[in-house]
Amino acid sequence: MASVFSRERTLLDPFLCPIEKLIYRATRVAPHEEMDWKEYATAFIFFGLVGTLLLYFLMRLQRFLPWFFGAYQTTPMTPDLAINTAISFSTTTTWQAYGGETTMSYASQIAGLMVQNFLAGASGLAVGVAFIRGFARERTDKLGNFWVDMTRALLWILLPLSLVGSLLLVWQGVPMNWHEYTRATTLEGARQTIAQGPVAALEFIKNLGTNGGGFFNANGAHPFENPTPFSNFLEMLTIVLLPAAFTYTFGRMIGQTRQGWVLFCAMVLLFVSGLLLCGRAEQRGNPRLEKIAGLSARAGAKQAGGNMEGKEVRFSIGASVLTAVVTSNGATGSTNSQHDSYVPLGGAIPLVNMLLGEIVFGGLGTGLYSIVMVALVALILGGLMVGRMPEYLGKKIGPLETKFVTLYVLACPLLVLPSTAVALRTRAGLAGLVTNTGVHGFTEIFYAFASCFANNGQSFAGLNANSAFYNTTTAIVMMGGRFALAIPALALAGLVAGQIRRQETSNAVPTDAFLFGGLLVATALIVGGLSFFPAISLGPILEHLISR
Amino acid sequence: MKKNLLISVWMTLVTTVLLGILYPLVVTGLAQVLFPRQANGELIQANGKIVGSRLIGQPFTAAGYFHSRPSNAGTGYDAANSSGSNLGPTNKALIDRVAASVEAAKTENPGAPIPVDYVTASGSGLDPHISPATAEFQVPRVARVRGMSEADVRAVVAKHTEGRQFGFLGEPRVNVLELNLELDATHPLR
Repeated sequence: MASVFSRERTLLDPFLCPIEKLIYRATRVAPHEEMDWKEYATAFIFFGLVGTLLLYFLMRLQRFLPWFFGAYQTTPMTPDLAINTAISFSTTTTWQAYGGETTMSYASQIAGLMVQNFLAGASGLAVGVAFIRGFARERTDKLGNFWVDMTRALLWILLPLSLVGSLLLVWQGVPMNWHEYTRATTLEGARQTIAQGPVAALEFIKNLGTNGGGFFNANGAHPFENPTPFSNFLEMLTIVLLPAAFTYTFGRMIGQTRQGWVLFCAMVLLFVSGLLLCGRAEQRGNPRLEKIAGLSARAGAKQAGGNMEGKEVRFSIGASVLTAVVTSNGATGSTNSQHDSYVPLGGAIPLVNMLLGEIVFGGLGTGLYSIVMVALVALILGGLMVGRMPEYLGKKIGPLETKFVTLYVLACPLLVLPSTAVALRTRAGLAGLVTNTGVHGFTEIFYAFASCFANNGQSFAGLNANSAFYNTTTAIVMMGGRFALAIPALALAGLVAGQIRRQETSNAVPTDAFLFGGLLVATALIVGGLSFFPAISLGPILEHLISR
Repeated sequence: MKKNLLISVWMTLVTTVLLGILYPLVVTGLAQVLFPRQANGELIQANGKIVGSRLIGQPFTAAGYFHSRPSNAGTGYDAANSSGSNLGPTNKALIDRVAASVEAAKTENPGAPIPVDYVTASGSGLDPHISPATAEFQVPRVARVRGMSEADVRAVVAKHTEGRQFGFLGEPRVNVLELNLELDATHPLR
């Protein structure tokens, strides 16, 4: 990846360079002009905006376009649902207030949603690259060219991987056709309408671009999206692949790969802890169900057991929990089980992962600047403790830089907590609780806003989110989660790019060591804990205590 | 400002043609040539009629068939409306529903422990599989109704049991539709 963005030679150049040139000519991009952080941010925002508008009109007009099956696609594409969905896809959230097979035509799915999966993913990656350049460069205000970074991310990284990956998924059983829904007659003579469609093309990029909006309502639990354990494994690998590799890209672009590895190790530590905790909770099963005489949820040779409500037999606890942890960390939200039915502590893990700010692998590009931001908080705190001006990679983190970091850290609690409170205090907000109420209902609402802010998009799906209230509020939170984080990150990158890179002084905290990794993890947990512990204890922790 | 806005518009249009039209055409073409069965949803035909898809579960109520798991897709196994129950772990509706399913299952095979997947709904509502334990639980009933020995039924179940993929991925499972199709073919319901 570092080669792609530094315009070094790569294997794919002979095929892709001509296409790249053609795109620049068609769109009048001057590929060698570099941008300062303000222009870069402007281009990023405009591109998101135009994509949102196009998507909005595509969906509103879908009934006039081909592949719209009115008999089955019965949920109307209202203006509020369309704008919510458009924003959610252009911010890589892919929050699903709609159900794929009952709402979206094939044209909307492919020319609309799938294209945004590519574009929003590539844009995020571009911002991540610009952020790295801020630390890698010195005495400049230029961070690169957004259009070039975005185009190269598309052509060199997302498109080739998606082509191969989609075909692998088809091999495993994911459909790729344009037929109308199939009518079958079951063995017992009942009618069954089977929704299919061009699933595979969308399925792969939804994970690679860390978007996560499924073709079907049940997302990755649907056998056509995720037919086998191998397809599941592949989809999970896809989510982690680029964000994890990006830490190495970071290390290479700043010329110190150890720095990248520290970030990677901190991510892995948080990831594995979440996996173990969630797996243990789910495998122990639901205590209330276990009280029913005659029921056996214990793992044995013939069944995996555990809390099976909302889970598929082919995945059972192991692959379901792995997916829950991967998608909640990877800002993706492509679940293969219904998190709403997880036991309280099991469901708390994805929630906590999202509230930590998508720092464990995280979204494309966004994950990296998120964890660097937390690293900066750790340095600022460390600097306060020992009374030194914090430095990162030879760049001083002065008062102005600290302000942007603070802005970044405060954005999440400032948006998520008030919007949850508003939903709880209004009739329109409470009207969403159609399936569960009480403590679990609170968690559903809190989860929704946390997920939207994290640009994740998974949900406790018992919440009926297709209402004017939720379509509007979640859209605002999603935009906050995208832009209120990307803009401070770019601004910070612009600031530090102007500094010279000092030689590491003996005064500075070494940031390529084990100790700093520990400080980083601790800071993430402390900052997240201080912001959200009260809300988490009102939700999953309280429900856990009363479920015994 | 204005320059970047214009580029945004052009870039969106160009990439929509590339990714929204050309790319899906290429994937469709390759998929249909390389994996035609999978690309079209692994539909199963019997007597010239489509009876379902290998990957999509369907409801079975007759005592002679192996039954699928409870489903919350539409009114049950509606393959155009996938969904789980989304009932929270402490929701009384969930506890009552499972308790009722357990009571019903007890009459089929008294005394045997009831596997958890037999009385819980899947995430998609379209789970085509049951666990080997759930298949085993139903063997006596199916054997009785079809007039087969339990050992014969077990042999058919074993034939349709998939192990872990490549030996380590996922969980062992039994495909209900394929199992019932084979039973119908070899030991038709009277």
